Amino acid sequence: MNVNNIKKQFPIFNNKVHNNDLVYLDSANSSQKPQMVVDRIYDFYTKEFSNVGRSVHYLAVAATNLYENTRTMMQKYINAKDPNEIVFTKGATEAINLVANTFGQKFLREGDEILLTELEHHSNYVPWHYLRKLKGVKINFAEINNDGEITLESIEKSITPKTKMIAITHLSNVTGAILPIKEITSLAHSRNIPILIDGCQGAPHLKLDMQDIDCDFYAISCHKMYGPTGLGVLYAKKKWLDTLPPYQGGGGMIREVKKEGISFGDLPNKYEAGTMATAQVIAFGESIKFLNQIGIENIEKHESELTKYGEEVLRKNNSVKLVGNPKNKGSVLSFTLDGIHAHDIATILDEDGVAIRAGHHCCQILHDKLGLSATARASLGVYNTKDDLDKLNESINKCKKIFDR
Amino acid sequence: MDLKELYQEIILDHGKNPRNLRKTENFNKDAKGHNPLCGDKVHIFLKIDENKNISDISFEGSGCAISMASASIMTDLMKEKKEKEVKELVEDFLQMIKESPEMKTKIINENEKTKLMSLSGVKQYPMRVKCATLAWHTLTSAMNNSQEETNTEKFD
Repeated sequence: MNVNNIKKQFPIFNNKVHNNDLVYLDSANSSQKPQMVVDRIYDFYTKEFSNVGRSVHYLAVAATNLYENTRTMMQKYINAKDPNEIVFTKGATEAINLVANTFGQKFLREGDEILLTELEHHSNYVPWHYLRKLKGVKINFAEINNDGEITLESIEKSITPKTKMIAITHLSNVTGAILPIKEITSLAHSRNIPILIDGCQGAPHLKLDMQDIDCDFYAISCHKMYGPTGLGVLYAKKKWLDTLPPYQGGGGMIREVKKEGISFGDLPNKYEAGTMATAQVIAFGESIKFLNQIGIENIEKHESELTKYGEEVLRKNNSVKLVGNPKNKGSVLSFTLDGIHAHDIATILDEDGVAIRAGHHCCQILHDKLGLSATARASLGVYNTKDDLDKLNESINKCKKIFDR
Repeated sequence: MDLKELYQEIILDHGKNPRNLRKTENFNKDAKGHNPLCGDKVHIFLKIDENKNISDISFEGSGCAISMASASIMTDLMKEKKEKEVKELVEDFLQMIKESPEMKTKIINENEKTKLMSLSGVKQYPMRVKCATLAWHTLTSAMNNSQEETNTEKFD
């Protein structure tokens, strides 16, 4: 795989930031977009636009086919059994809210427990939190170890006879820990507990096979996968989508509407109420093509090598402390600098065109546990190079120079 | 904009060694402030005497160099100020941070104004304005005896 050629496909890198080349190290937050995805949105709106699934005219039929084609592409990309197991949402956040809301409505009662981990992003905690008030459920958190990992043992220890749902991240957006989700799923199922995986950080970087993992739900954020914003995917086993009630009500998701009552449509329409993010779905098909052209195995290898290189460079820098030390680590490098707050680091790095994130990264529970109010985070994507990590290190040294005056 | 203007020596000095970083004994007013986007936190303690003078002011908290320096410089300047003067100073400072090129108040001298003006570098960094204003909004809440936590998202 030739990173320079890949980088050329991303028009954002033609721009300067504060007169410097852009060193984009914030892909865990959101990835940049390749030209083919941008073009697809433009082409759809200029040549092919229509709403989908309603009218019978030429444009409507063509747009519906394009829309459904992305669903099939996504089904194949994550090896789901059935295209109807792919539900488009406005984001991974909505995907998790959909499950928490509908599963909670139908299956949870007072005293039931939901098991999360201390690594969870707020979007895999807050939706479950609502059920505390609505249903009186209890939320437990499996604890991390000293390396910032969640092990199978930690999950096993936290399961109780009242655990009715396990919802865990695939890959921590702070420590980079990759969880043994296949083993955890198998453990959950041995206790008859369904499992939801928050795949926001997993899907852009790791090979996915839903039938192999066997999880019940997997939430995906498309804008982190080189795709448009405003779009997410919920993978759910068909048995759940058939059993759970609809989430939002509106046009497109019904079968018959009478004054006396309403019957709901079949999958996948049941969960896609109202006009969906049509252009985004169609353009996301190009993101999948883009990933397939490079090959997710090649992406995994490239990012894993870069992550190791980044760790090496930052470990050699005495003032840097890496956050977490997981054995199986995704392309996330969170760190602190002695005596310099993460926001000051991010502002100084920005002046050099180095874009990182600083703060709690929507993981306050984890930061409280680590005793840190904020961390700086460099996260990688398919377009990053060793040179980017060297520039990161140089700019970190500049922070020290400014603060040690 | 040069980073050295944002991180002037006086800011680094106050940021690294904040003055009045403690808890006033027998404080009679206090308020907590929080910047939810970046996690900066400040808790301001006031002791206001019978003549409505601030006889002591202190703070606890954690955050970036800008937010710590701002709280440090602010608490230094507010000591022995009357309630009315505090209000005027806060308004004048917020005006300066947002749009005004200088501070208009006559309550503090030129030297003190220069100290506060050192925080004006954040004007070039819109995402960092909240860091500079957190302590000031929180001071207002403390003066008003507001029990609600000050949240910069509601102000700036």
